[in-house]
Amino acid sequence: MNIVLRLAWRNLWRQPRRTWLTTGAMVFSNTLLVFMISLQFGMYELMIDNTLQVFTGHMQVQAPGYRDDQKMRQAVPGILPLATRLRDEFELDTIAARGWAFGLASSDERSYGIGIFGVEPDYEPGVSSIPGLIKEGRFLEDYDEPGIVIGAVLARNLRVGIGDELTLLGSGRDGSFAAAVVNVVGIFESGIPDIDRNFAEMPLGLFQDVFYMEGAGHQVVISAETLDAAELLLPQLVASLPADAGLVVHDWDALQPGLKQAIQADMSSAFFMYGILVILVAFSVLNTQLMSVLERTHEFGIVLSLGLRPGRLGRLVMLETALMGFMGLVIGAITGTIFTTWFTVNGLSIPGMEEMAAMFNLPARVYPETTFGTAIAGPLIVYAFTLLAALYPALRLYRLHPVEAMRIN
Amino acid sequence: MRMTPVLTRLAWRYLWRNHRRTIIMLSAIAVGSWAMIFMTALTRGMVDQMIADGISVLPGHVQVHDPEFLNDPSVANRITIPDRELAASFDGAEFRAWASRVRVPAVIMSERESRGVTLLGIDPAAEREFSFVSYDEVEGRFLESPDDNGVVIGRKLADKLDTEVGKRIVLMSQDPDNEIADRGFRVVGLFEASMPSFEESFVFIGKTTAQKMLRIGEATTEVVFLGDDYRDVDPTYELVAERVDGGLDVRRWHEIDTYLGTMLKVMDGFVLIWVVVIFLALSFGLVNTLVMAVFERVREIGLMLALGMKPSSILAQILIESMLLLATGLLIGDVLAVLTIQPLQGGIDISAVAEGMEMMGASSVLYPKLYLDDVVLANVVVLILGFLASLSPAWRASRYEPVEAITKVG
Repeated sequence: MNIVLRLAWRNLWRQPRRTWLTTGAMVFSNTLLVFMISLQFGMYELMIDNTLQVFTGHMQVQAPGYRDDQKMRQAVPGILPLATRLRDEFELDTIAARGWAFGLASSDERSYGIGIFGVEPDYEPGVSSIPGLIKEGRFLEDYDEPGIVIGAVLARNLRVGIGDELTLLGSGRDGSFAAAVVNVVGIFESGIPDIDRNFAEMPLGLFQDVFYMEGAGHQVVISAETLDAAELLLPQLVASLPADAGLVVHDWDALQPGLKQAIQADMSSAFFMYGILVILVAFSVLNTQLMSVLERTHEFGIVLSLGLRPGRLGRLVMLETALMGFMGLVIGAITGTIFTTWFTVNGLSIPGMEEMAAMFNLPARVYPETTFGTAIAGPLIVYAFTLLAALYPALRLYRLHPVEAMRIN
Repeated sequence: MRMTPVLTRLAWRYLWRNHRRTIIMLSAIAVGSWAMIFMTALTRGMVDQMIADGISVLPGHVQVHDPEFLNDPSVANRITIPDRELAASFDGAEFRAWASRVRVPAVIMSERESRGVTLLGIDPAAEREFSFVSYDEVEGRFLESPDDNGVVIGRKLADKLDTEVGKRIVLMSQDPDNEIADRGFRVVGLFEASMPSFEESFVFIGKTTAQKMLRIGEATTEVVFLGDDYRDVDPTYELVAERVDGGLDVRRWHEIDTYLGTMLKVMDGFVLIWVVVIFLALSFGLVNTLVMAVFERVREIGLMLALGMKPSSILAQILIESMLLLATGLLIGDVLAVLTIQPLQGGIDISAVAEGMEMMGASSVLYPKLYLDDVVLANVVVLILGFLASLSPAWRASRYEPVEAITKVG
């Protein structure tokens, strides 16, 4: 071992209790950081995936202005041929056309206002989780069948079951009165009350007839394998749309602006908390290193008068800090990973979290997972601030006068 | 006890013997306690606002419904007691405000668009105190009486429906026999709300007009009550429960909006966890400082013991030193927190993430709320835990063998 390194290491253990306490502060913060960061980013991913897979997809082709106003007449003309062409062009099955309207759904006993999607029975399962959540009956099969799939809460409220009739009333694309009688063929249950209460899906062909869409629809939904793949797909999609059609492509971020902002808001408060933890650790290190320098003033005076440069002493102090910080980093990252892994296996649920989780499409029990990134990011920042904190005690050494220093005891 | 003043003075002087260390530790405690209080005030402010907004749409702290209504919000599940009788039975009870109203899901149609909304049939005079709509700031006018023929909708909804003040819309819902009940209205006012979603989902008409349209006579669907404090709704609940017939369902706000109710509890838990976490991060430094402080003066401690000072006095002196350090740091932190929160009282604009806050049910202006309770909690927790953390170094200091300590080469 290098002599300076050995010296630094031994200096640390002149006051083992102090060194352990300071390392302990780092380990505590690092454990917490690893756990929180792993949990946080895991939740964000779940939030994004779970929210997008319900209806939104990764991106949508729409008429300009539709995203903000959702008016019936802001439609994409010839939507089925467009969706078919895109599926062929990108050799991707996870592309589906949709129409969307508001209407009053009436059963024999009840009437409720709901949002009605017109969907492609063959391709909707590729872009939405709803077809997979059918708990009674079946999903739509034919583009023109007079069937409708509704949410479980809505079915309960309307007091209808499979095979019952619903009357739909609304306004068509041209503002005229739209009405239809359809049969309930399936009931889905997503577990999110707002979705189970407010939505229904009918075949796109029938939808276009009922609401006078004349072949138009409102959105072509595209899902990619992953968010990253979606980002690559976006420019190709824009390029492949006919330039004169006046259509726009929105990515998930634009379609669900709340999602990213909720994440940003959460991140900024989380980072504030992390920042405070890191600063407190830095104070701890500053205190320890300053003390350890001050109590060695006498001996530093001696070695300086023997001809050692203050720079080397400064580096020695920094090396001590680096060694201590490294211990904190390694132990903290390991304990943090172990701590988080316990929850990866057993799951984490906070009492009362169900309601809050449902608000963001999250399950009631989450399983945080550490990756190399989440395990190392927090500890590295703590490490950086540890070194920063030691700069002051190290730089003080340049102002040390050998003779005066030797007098101090 | 006799020794306390002397020990305190000693402790205070010892603190400043190594002023650098004390200043660093004080800064750490001050930053820590500032962060505790500042962060708590921000989250409290956010949750308070969320609850205020949430209660304003419920509205009221206590509500009475037909037992089936919350599951099946239809006029079929209505309250048939007329207002006269309700008023008679509430005579003598001191409610800050109460109102009966008609609330049903409905579809609103302009000549171009239709949307699903919640239709509220209200008596504007009775709801002035409850409403999230400030009557005077409505574009056009707000409803003037229960039999007003107009409708007041949110500005966002008006945009989506392509309508404006003076134009006509149609409202459609169902009557108790599930016949379609619809009626044309002239839009007389547009309101704005702190939460964009309120603007899109609520539509106000006169209560009598609603009763006529829905063909429900004098019936309503809910009676709402306002108490003095949303945190303590039990007095109002008791008053209502005593006076309302057993056949109806009386609920507190947090039983209706469970998300908000949970939010309130989770926040209380969060505040405590946050305070404890910060303390733990501080505690390493605190114990370290004390260990150093004792280590530096082992010989003095030995001398004092040899001269006859009781070990308990040494223990007390170290503990007092630690408490003084914490109390001074906390004081600085408290003052800092008050000073930084004060200028933010007017609200922090976070509209950059407005839609995200909306997802959480919060509005886009954050008003920090400094509660004395939270400040006291933070200070007391730090002092108590700090006391416990100091016990070990203080105990060790008091157990020195005088002769060994004096002869220790430092």
